[in-house]
Amino acid sequence: MTTLTEDTPPAAPAARLNHVSPSRKIKDRAVQGLVYLSFLLALIPLVSVLWTVVGHGIGRLDAQFFQFSMNGVSGKDPGGGAYHAIIGTLEQVAITTVIAVPIAVLTAIYLVEYAGNGRLGKVVSFFVDVMTGIPSIVAGLFVLALWLLTFGFEFSGLAGALALTILMIPTVVRATEEMLKLVPNELREASYALGVPRWRTVTRVVLPTALTGIVTGIMLAVARVMGETAPLLLTIFFTKAINTDPFTGPQGSLPTFIWDQIADPNANAHDRAWTGALVLIAIIMLLNLAARLIARRYRPAAAR
Amino acid sequence: MAKRIEVSGLHAYYGGVHAIEDISMTVEPRSVTAFIGPSGCGKSTFLRTLNRMHEVIPGARVEGKVMLDEEDLYGPSVDPVAVRRTVGMVFQRPNPFPTMSIYDNVAAGLKLNGVRGKARLDEIVEESLQGANLWNEVKDRLGKPGAGLSGGQQQRLCIARAIAVRPQVLLMDEPCSALDPISTLAIEDLIGKLKNQFTIVIVTHNMQQAARVSDKTAFFNIAGTGAPGRLIEIDDTSKIFTNPEQKATEDYITGRFG
Repeated sequence: MTTLTEDTPPAAPAARLNHVSPSRKIKDRAVQGLVYLSFLLALIPLVSVLWTVVGHGIGRLDAQFFQFSMNGVSGKDPGGGAYHAIIGTLEQVAITTVIAVPIAVLTAIYLVEYAGNGRLGKVVSFFVDVMTGIPSIVAGLFVLALWLLTFGFEFSGLAGALALTILMIPTVVRATEEMLKLVPNELREASYALGVPRWRTVTRVVLPTALTGIVTGIMLAVARVMGETAPLLLTIFFTKAINTDPFTGPQGSLPTFIWDQIADPNANAHDRAWTGALVLIAIIMLLNLAARLIARRYRPAAAR
Repeated sequence: MAKRIEVSGLHAYYGGVHAIEDISMTVEPRSVTAFIGPSGCGKSTFLRTLNRMHEVIPGARVEGKVMLDEEDLYGPSVDPVAVRRTVGMVFQRPNPFPTMSIYDNVAAGLKLNGVRGKARLDEIVEESLQGANLWNEVKDRLGKPGAGLSGGQQQRLCIARAIAVRPQVLLMDEPCSALDPISTLAIEDLIGKLKNQFTIVIVTHNMQQAARVSDKTAFFNIAGTGAPGRLIEIDDTSKIFTNPEQKATEDYITGRFG
């Protein structure tokens, strides 16, 4: 007759449940410490930038800054403002977004939903990768060469927007593609099985499911192009006067405003440059916030 | 409302892989036919050829004939989208649309196909939810997200969504494999009720379930890894489970292999 203990498997070594081996404990602590340290390291530049920009920029953050242009204001004069630059930047980025987002989202839809393993899909995907690597000044030079020199158009906000479009498209395509790939195939199949054609499946089932991520991707791209300076100098040039028409003549913009003011040796100009930077950051943050609120409204119901 | 399916000489491929070979069978209207067999034997693939969902997978193709009454589903002028409206499908894992409410999930097939008019939609949604034995549980929260329901309720929601487009045939691919016994019972009861209106084909790994719900049972098998799946035999469920013609069927249902 066997006893019960002989039947039970031998206990594993270190079977005490409340015991953690010292080496595991040390590794755990060490990695935890590294993670916190990297987090703090990553915070340093962020906090430093915010601190410097707010510290220097808050002084000129007055009503005048939002009401006046730099027309007739020289570097050493106090006063003046970035009204012309804010208007310019908002118009240029709005035009960029209107042109780039439909092209980019439709491209991503083609790549994910239609191209499959086809040759065209691979070619498009390759060129999107190439576009991602284009330095911004090259995009500006391209528009300068094609739009201004070859077609003979003058400097304008639109020309700048075209250059920014080249920079924005690949970012939005990649972000949208990733989000569409995250939509489970089961949802597409469920829709097909109801006899819903593919394009309606895409517009009514796939896109709404991926919307939050797509909007976030678009906002990141907007934030990126909003800070571009070099391509704008080549395509819009810059001006100190107010030009609300983005289709004719040089226009102001916040990056070129900052570039112009910081190049001036006078302290008053430097103050304006810092405030310009602060306003640029604030605009990007506000847009981000707005996009998040919009996206939240359409978020998949289960996650609400 | 229900149609007969007649399959003859059907082969299906995934790219170069021959998935199922030379299948012929008849599925009578207003009956439940169960497909059983070991994993990878092509039951699900075959099921998906019956509403042209097989070809949704890149590289997949089908040869042979599937007659729905007088119409060949693989005829040259046949629109796969129209086929799927006629032959509905319920999947293994409940997959309600996450962005839609319970109401919108049931109405999805209609709305996405352009049916308008609130009164008419209301009527069909209630009827479909009643049909799926879900109405009493959700009638007070039709506006709530469909993904908030329990697994069993979600699966019945998916059945409601499938029958809302008024198909002739309902295909079910292991509809209970992700559910607990109580929810499974609810779905099985529902299948018994639905067969008065629809032709039902169900894939199941659960032989008791096949014995409980189906009128006919088809046994599929593969000769070995990589070989195409074949239909071994199809007969009345009572016969398959008590006195099958083929030795392989008997071995499978008695648990001698698989």
